[in-house]
Order: sequence, then structure tokens, then C-alpha cells
Amino acid sequence: MLSRTAENLYWMARYMERAESTARLLTMGQRMAILPGAHHRDEWRSVVRATGAEANFPRDALVKESDVVSFLMLDLDNPSSIRSCLLKARANAKSARTMLTQDMWEALNEGWRKLDSYDVAEARQQLPALIDWVKTRVMTFRGASDSGQLRNEGHDFLRTGSALERAQMTLRLLDVKYYVLLPETEVIGGNRDHYQWTSVLHALSGSRAYHHVYGGTYTPWQITDFLMLNRMFPRSVAYCYDQLSYRLNRLAGWHDARADAHDTVQQMVERLEQLDSGEIFRIGLHETVQTGLSMTNRLGVEIAQAYHFG
Amino acid sequence: MPFHEMFEPDGSIRPCYAEVQNWVERTGIAGLNRRLEEAEAIFRRIGITFAVYGEGGDPERLIPFDLLPRIFTAQEWRVLDKGIRQRARALNAFLHDVYHRGEIVKAGIMPADIIYQNSAYLAEMVDFTPPGRVYSHIVGIDIVRTGPGGFEVLEDNCRTPSGVSYMLENREIMTRMFPELFAQGIVAPVDDYPAELLKSLKEVAPPACKGDPVVVVLTPGSLNSAYYEHSFLADLMGVELVEPADLFVEEDRVWMKTTLGPRAVDVIYRRIDDEYIDPLAFRPDSLLGVPGIFNVYRKGGVTLCSAPGAGIADDKAVYVYVPEMIRFYLGEKPILENIQTWQCAKPDECAYVLEHLDELVAKEVHGSGGYGMLIGPKSTRDEVAAYADRILANPAEFIAQPTLDLSTVPTLGPASIVGRHADFRPYCLVGKQIRLVPGGLTRVALTEGSLVVNSSQGGGVKDTWVLQD
Repeated sequence: MLSRTAENLYWMARYMERAESTARLLTMGQRMAILPGAHHRDEWRSVVRATGAEANFPRDALVKESDVVSFLMLDLDNPSSIRSCLLKARANAKSARTMLTQDMWEALNEGWRKLDSYDVAEARQQLPALIDWVKTRVMTFRGASDSGQLRNEGHDFLRTGSALERAQMTLRLLDVKYYVLLPETEVIGGNRDHYQWTSVLHALSGSRAYHHVYGGTYTPWQITDFLMLNRMFPRSVAYCYDQLSYRLNRLAGWHDARADAHDTVQQMVERLEQLDSGEIFRIGLHETVQTGLSMTNRLGVEIAQAYHFG
Repeated sequence: MPFHEMFEPDGSIRPCYAEVQNWVERTGIAGLNRRLEEAEAIFRRIGITFAVYGEGGDPERLIPFDLLPRIFTAQEWRVLDKGIRQRARALNAFLHDVYHRGEIVKAGIMPADIIYQNSAYLAEMVDFTPPGRVYSHIVGIDIVRTGPGGFEVLEDNCRTPSGVSYMLENREIMTRMFPELFAQGIVAPVDDYPAELLKSLKEVAPPACKGDPVVVVLTPGSLNSAYYEHSFLADLMGVELVEPADLFVEEDRVWMKTTLGPRAVDVIYRRIDDEYIDPLAFRPDSLLGVPGIFNVYRKGGVTLCSAPGAGIADDKAVYVYVPEMIRFYLGEKPILENIQTWQCAKPDECAYVLEHLDELVAKEVHGSGGYGMLIGPKSTRDEVAAYADRILANPAEFIAQPTLDLSTVPTLGPASIVGRHADFRPYCLVGKQIRLVPGGLTRVALTEGSLVVNSSQGGGVKDTWVLQD
């Protein structure tokens, strides 16, 4: 397949995934901002940090909800805003139109200019409905890809893109919120942490799932295990890397060729297999997350090299 | 009164429209208008849009769709079919001739400067013979109707005629929404067009091709107004849709960059104009081109469809001579005639045109898309005078035609069926064989009395039925 088409599919999936992650982060921000003492913690700043765009906000002032909603939902100058993501996903899809099913295209095309007509005030007022709308768009797209797309290399590129984006988002959230997990006692102390963690789990659509796996209590070890190492939770880093490994190995099969990306993914999968949450805390949660992020970034670069992206 | 294709002058229904009339009565005009909204929603969701440059507003617009089909009887189609194929053969024979011996000039049938001084003539093509001697692989012939048996050719399109995706999608929408109309099988199917196109393209594979030819569609990119059509055709043929940056030239072959590494390309159905296709051979400032591709073409490493330089055959100054070409190259009598045309390049004809400009339709020889034309009877005295000045300044750049009594086709109005002027563009495929699917694109001027059917100027489209015996 054309390298450009592979790149289009890979980025289309990344942007759709990112649109959903950003939407979920906004929900997390709203939940956290209504907790007592939210002002002291500058909760909206952590939302912005999780998207990797903190540099766009002044260091010394409190980050306001309206600024974040504008920046993450509507701002076309922000390449990770939901509006940018949806437009870019569609532009990528348009360039790879022949690789998409009609349903996939329709999912991307439906309402593609909807956000053009919103200003910040309206967007804030209708935030829950807009977030639902974004999530529905992404889920429809995902469902259409899942049920109709040929399982050829194009599909593998698409799934590689979404797994990589997901791993990155979970790692970023952990990076931003790791300090709440630093264990002082066995059970995370006080209501504040409880809410913080349910909010983070919620942002990763994992609050119910967590309870199914670990029962009713929150401990730093369990939460870390869940988000980093759990092989059943589809947003855990380990799960995403299992996916990346599976997809990249399929691509190696199509092409009968392996590249640096395959070694990197293998290395990361093995590392995640060896780790347990106790080990993570001995090394340091922050350090583990940082290593994960830099490996993931490197993997992105190596995938682009291996398949001659532009 | 112009010839109405659905109603006789006494108001009775022409037999070929009987089925449609029943359907209109069953559904009612209001019902049809409701269904039209449904159809438009489908078009938009599927993404069948075209871009209008530089007008602001919605960057991707829907082409207006009319629900009532335009119908040709089997007998009418037999004439059209023969006439269209004949014209496509003659145009290709002409192209081979003008890039080789120029017999038609030597025989005194066409003046030399109309060809050799023409900006559409490409000296770089001289003495080169493309595979199968085919220059124009998809010939779009714009035809108007003036009476029950009167079909005349308005213009030829030998480069990359667009619109065939509408022919297919219009039918698709009609069968999806009104399956009962097609249940009896009286309408000839058009859906094998992409397969026929692929066959034709494979038949003109270059000498360097070994095995099954690799065909691609070359698009300028997703911002092009016809991008939907490019991707649609690539999709239905199951071939790659490439952009210029996906291609490169090495060792006298053209390659596309794939995830497996370079892959050789044999046949390129290109939807990029001649002058942009190769910055080394033509416009050096072209960002769209593939450097060196023309050289590979001339060496037989790749086939370009259509051939560069094919545009000389659809130039409006050359159009006048197509009936002569049919006699000269094929030794046949033209089945489809041209519209009477005055060439302003000829002093006596120019004088006639200037004198009767308020009754005529005048056009720029190199214009297209309905721009730069004057419709005399619909223009003010000042507009006519201003246009006359332009003709006087540069007569060779203009032609004029009578305002014909064009037929009208049934079109859905808010309260009744109304008659609107229309033209018809069939897509004739030329490979080793000539192929023509029974149908084409009917473009309709949606404004009452208007003669301009171009989508960029308020024209719409409708499904075209060829009835089977």
C-alpha cells in the first residue's frame, strides 16, 4: 500500500483517539474543579498538562475553565484541540478515502463542521452534550472500522495508531497525577485523593472496570497495576503495548521485514511483563512513567521511518 | 415551443415516460419533494460534493440533484451509441495524424495554423505513438437535443472529462430510494463502467509492462474540486489513488512509494492537466508534477491517460472540423452533427457574428465551464457591445453558435413538473476496443429558460435512463 495512505490511516486513528481522550480530560477537569480546594490545586492546569500543552498557559496565573474549554475544544491553533483533531482525522480520511468503508467515512464526515459555529460561552454551557457528541462520533467510527474494514495492512496501521495514542495518553495522565499515588499509607488518604483517583479512572473510562478487578478499595499499588500493567483493561499501558506488538508483528508478516520499531516494542512488552507494582514503586513511579513516555515517542519515530512516512 | 422530452404538444405523455408518469402520480409532487430532501441528505453524508473555489461559504457543496430521470428509448440510444463511438474513433485518428504526418492539413481540409499555432498542440508529442495509438481514452461528448430525432454535438472533451461519478451515484441513489422503478428491468444498467474503464486502461499498458498491468489514478489531491470522483473511481476499480508526491522516476520507470518499498506503475489515469504533469518537460513551477515522467512515457515505461497533447482535439476551433474528420479518417457519414458554428477567425463569418451577436451564443475558443461566454438574447445592449469589442480585438479567439431551440426535460418543481433545458454527456472508453455503457450524465439548467448547465453556475444533475427493448 502507498506509504502516504498508511500514514493517513495511522494519523486518522491517532486523531480520533486523541479527540476522545481530550473530551474525557475535559470531563475530568470539570469533576475535579468542583471538589473542595480545587483552586489551590489549579486543577485545570493538570488537564492542560496531560495534553502536553502546558507551555501555552502562563506559569504564574490560575488556569481558568473557560480558557481550557476554548483551547481544548475549539482552538484551531492547538493541534490537539477536539476541533483540530476531528478536522485532521477527516482530512486524513479524505486522502485515504479508498481504504475506508462507507460507514467509516460517514462517521467522520457527519457533522464535521459542527464545532465551527460554537463560541466559548456556548461550548461551556453545553459541555456535557458536546463531550457526549464527540465520544459518540469516535465510538461510531471505531465500531465501523471494527465491523467493516478489511483486515489488511491498512487496518493494522489504523490500529497501530490508536494503540500508540492510547498508551501515550495513559502515560501522560499518570505523569501528571503520579504524586497523588505516592504511598504514605496503604489506602490512599482522605476524600480528596479518592475523588482525584476516581476522576482519573473516569477519564480513562475505567472506574467501573477497576472495581470489577480489584473490588472496592483504592490503593496506589492497585491503581498503578491497573493503569500500567493490567492486561485486561484496554487503556492500560501493557494492553496497548500488547496491541502494538500484535499489530507491528502482523505488519512484519505482510512485509516480510522487521525494523527498529519491532525491537522497541518487544523490549517494552518484556519490560512490562517483568514489572509488578512493587517493583514500579521501588524504581519510582515517576521514573517508570518517564521511561514509558520516551519509549513511546521513540516508537512513533521508528514506525514512521520503517514505513517511509512523509 | 421547444421539444419537451416527456410531453407531446397536446399534453399527452410520450410513451417512454409512461412508467415515470405513473410513479409521479402515485407519489405526488409534495411526496417527491420530501424524498428529494432525503436524497440530498444521503449525498451529503456519503460526501458526494464538489468544491467551489474562492467563493467562501461551504467549501464542499452538493450538486443539486433532480429526482425525475431523463429517458432515451432503445431506438434513440442505438443512434447515439453509433454516433458517439464514431466520433471517439475519429478524434483519436485525428490526434495520431496531427502528431505524425498531418495528412488532414496536407489534404487541405484543415488550415495548418488552427492546429500548429494552437496552445493545446504539444510539439513534444510529435512522432511519438502511444500504446494502441490511443490518445484520448475517455471521450466525453456533450450532446444536446433539438427535436424527436435531432441530436447535435455541443463540444468534445478529450482530456479528462469529469462527472461520471454522478452518472453512477445518481443511479445508485435512485435504485436505493425507488427500487420499484427498476424492478421490471427496463432500464439498462450502468454500473459496470468502472470495470470497463479498468479493462480499457489495462489494454493500453506500455511496452515495459510485464504481466498484469498496475493501474493507478493520479489526483492533484484532496482539495481538488473533483477529488470525490477520483477516489470514487480508484475505489471501484480497486486501484491505488496516488498524488504526485507518491510517485517518482528512476531507471526509465515510474514508481510509487509503498510500505513495501517502490512498486512499478504501468498505466496512469491522470486527472492533472498536461502543463502540470512534469516540471522538467512543461511548467517548471508546477508543484503537482512528477519530474521526468514525460521522458519515461516517451520511452515506453509508462502510459499516461489521456496522452499529453490530446487537448488539441477538443479545442473549440478544431471542433468545427470534426464532421470532416469523420469523413476523412473513417470514410463514413457523420451520425451526430455539430451545431452550426461561425468561426470569427474567418473574416466573413466574423462579420456575420458581429452583426447578429444579439441573437447568438458566443464563446471563447479555449474557455470551458460556461465562463467567458455571451448569450446574446439574454444580454443587455452594453454587454453585447462590450463583447463585440473583445471579438474585434482578437477574432481568432472566438466562435459563435445559434441559440438553439433546445429540448426541455421534466424536472421536479415545487408544485408541478416543469421543463428545463439539459445536455447529455456520455463517457466513451477507448482501449483496444471501444466501450460505451448505456447512459451518461444529464446536466440540467435549474433556472427557467436558462441554457447554462454547468454545476459551477447553478446547474444540477439527474439520472439518465436508456430503456431496453
